[in-house]
Amino acid sequence: MIEVRDLVKRYGSHTVLDHLSFTVNDGQIYGFLGPNGAGKSTTMNILTGYIGMTEGSVTVSGHDLLEEPDAVRRCIGYLPEQPPLYTDMTPLEYLTFAAELKKIPRAERRGAVEEVMELTQLTSMKDRLIRNLSKGYRQRVGLAQAVLGFPEIIILDEPTVGLDPRQIIEIRSLIRSLAERHTVILSSHILSEVQEVCDHILILHHGRLVADGTPEELERSLRDNALELTLKTASENAVHGLLAGIEGISHTELFPSGDGFRAVVYADDGQDLRESVFRACAAADLPLLGMQFRTAGLEQVFLKLVNDEDLAPSGETAPPSSGPAGEEEAREPETASGTDTAADAPASPEEDGSADEAKEADGT
Amino acid sequence: MTAVYKRELRSYFNSMIGYVFVAAVTLVIGLFFTVYNLRGGYPYFAFALSGTVMIFAFAVPLLTMKSMAEERRSRTDQMLLTYPVSVTGIVLGKFLAMLTVYLIPLLISCLCPLVIAKGGNGSFLIDYSTIFLFLFLGAMFISIGMFVSSLTESQLIAAVVGMVSLLLLLLWDTLVSFIPSTVTASAVGFLILFALASLIFARSAGHPAVGIALFGAGAIFAILSAILASRWFSTALTGFLGMFSVYGPVNNFVSNYVFDVKGLLYFCVMTALFLFLTVQSVHRRQYR
Repeated sequence: MIEVRDLVKRYGSHTVLDHLSFTVNDGQIYGFLGPNGAGKSTTMNILTGYIGMTEGSVTVSGHDLLEEPDAVRRCIGYLPEQPPLYTDMTPLEYLTFAAELKKIPRAERRGAVEEVMELTQLTSMKDRLIRNLSKGYRQRVGLAQAVLGFPEIIILDEPTVGLDPRQIIEIRSLIRSLAERHTVILSSHILSEVQEVCDHILILHHGRLVADGTPEELERSLRDNALELTLKTASENAVHGLLAGIEGISHTELFPSGDGFRAVVYADDGQDLRESVFRACAAADLPLLGMQFRTAGLEQVFLKLVNDEDLAPSGETAPPSSGPAGEEEAREPETASGTDTAADAPASPEEDGSADEAKEADGT
Repeated sequence: MTAVYKRELRSYFNSMIGYVFVAAVTLVIGLFFTVYNLRGGYPYFAFALSGTVMIFAFAVPLLTMKSMAEERRSRTDQMLLTYPVSVTGIVLGKFLAMLTVYLIPLLISCLCPLVIAKGGNGSFLIDYSTIFLFLFLGAMFISIGMFVSSLTESQLIAAVVGMVSLLLLLLWDTLVSFIPSTVTASAVGFLILFALASLIFARSAGHPAVGIALFGAGAIFAILSAILASRWFSTALTGFLGMFSVYGPVNNFVSNYVFDVKGLLYFCVMTALFLFLTVQSVHRRQYR
């Protein structure tokens, strides 16, 4: 269990982390999500004791990071953004070195190293120089050293960056299998990855926590609470008349489509309008061809949070309530081009890979 | 510490640096040995060895340049510093690994006095105590080079700055001899020294007031001494700076046949100081 309270990190006058607080519970996969420069890597570097914090406190499994740094380091396995590899060693030598540093007893060292090599499918490469390994294998060596000794908490900074689609799938399933015994924290700016792998998502932006919850909770909290109706009628007035008769509607939008209209109906807070819409249509003898909740995917949630933060720099730490959907849609492309999130939520693994490469070119 | 030591030592001989260092230093020692002892017939190997001091000012930075700089450049420090090992352990492991590499040519040179003894009268005590001194001299050079390496990410800068620093240290006697032994020179020199010391102290402690107080105390000391003990004070600066001479202890061993414990101690203190500074430099970067 990790407890982070009011974490602040400043470099001179530049604030990287601004009073970040969160709790990580045991046995779950946590995902840090945020655009580049949101403070994900900084947070991880502080949690692992690589860099110091300006203010705040971090407690890992009951050990305070400042008072018992070694105890904390023993609980944590860390894969930084760039795997910390000695390229003049072979994976076997490197992992044996790591095992020695982690103070794994001599008798268990060999077994521990072999186990993680098996887990990360490195055994066939164990005697090649790391210098000559491909990016994917290097990433696995990095992952292997983080997992080595099976610490309680495993922290992975962008673990799938630069991997090909098949490797991404393998690493993800590896992460999921790790979560059976460990707490895993990973960071990513790839939404689909976090959505797929994580039990809990923390969205960071400008060093602040802008949202915190399960993927479902985040989607729900930001749901428009809007119904999309497809109505078959030629008369716009008929639709207006129909909708005016329903209680609990805050406002509506109408778009002509095909031989009828598509209407987006916004309910007052928390109301489920489906039944009253159905009855009203039935009463007016107006064919209702379709009715569905308009759900905002996590992607929209993310873009929206990040965007709202940009618009209101004072910011709030709770997920902001949803604004009018039209406005959100209008803003979306602008956000996508403005930040790195254009690469998010790809439809297929291939696209996922290319998104990774785009990130790599950023060289953060 | 042992893990870091083993890894470092292996890395020196996985790359060329270890072999090149050992080969070059052995070659130079061999050359001096040939010229002075074998050809020149001078019976003290210590004398030949003392001629190679300048070579170490160039060779040792080649050994130390990557020690800390390369860890930062390749981000492997992110592994070391997030593992349950102390920075002191890391620094000591690296230091001892470099000292081991440095020891190899020195051990080879232990044969030289034997060669001299075979052809005539050797003086083992002088020769071997000088080789012993060179162990500490090397330790000091390595710790200085390592500290320089901890200040940068570039091996090249670490090497060049390391060489310049060691050269300055070797030329120290000459540089100090330029300073006139007068009260004014001493006063000005001490004021500058105190100003530098208080500046560094104030910066690292983060209290400007402490620095100002320190400088004030130093200034009062300098002025009072200049007035009250001007005879002693006129040579105080050169005397103080002369303490940092490297050739002083070396000459005591080689030419005066004195086992200079004070000089040995000076090398040890400098080694410890720069190892400490290296640890501090890593911590400082970490908790900046």
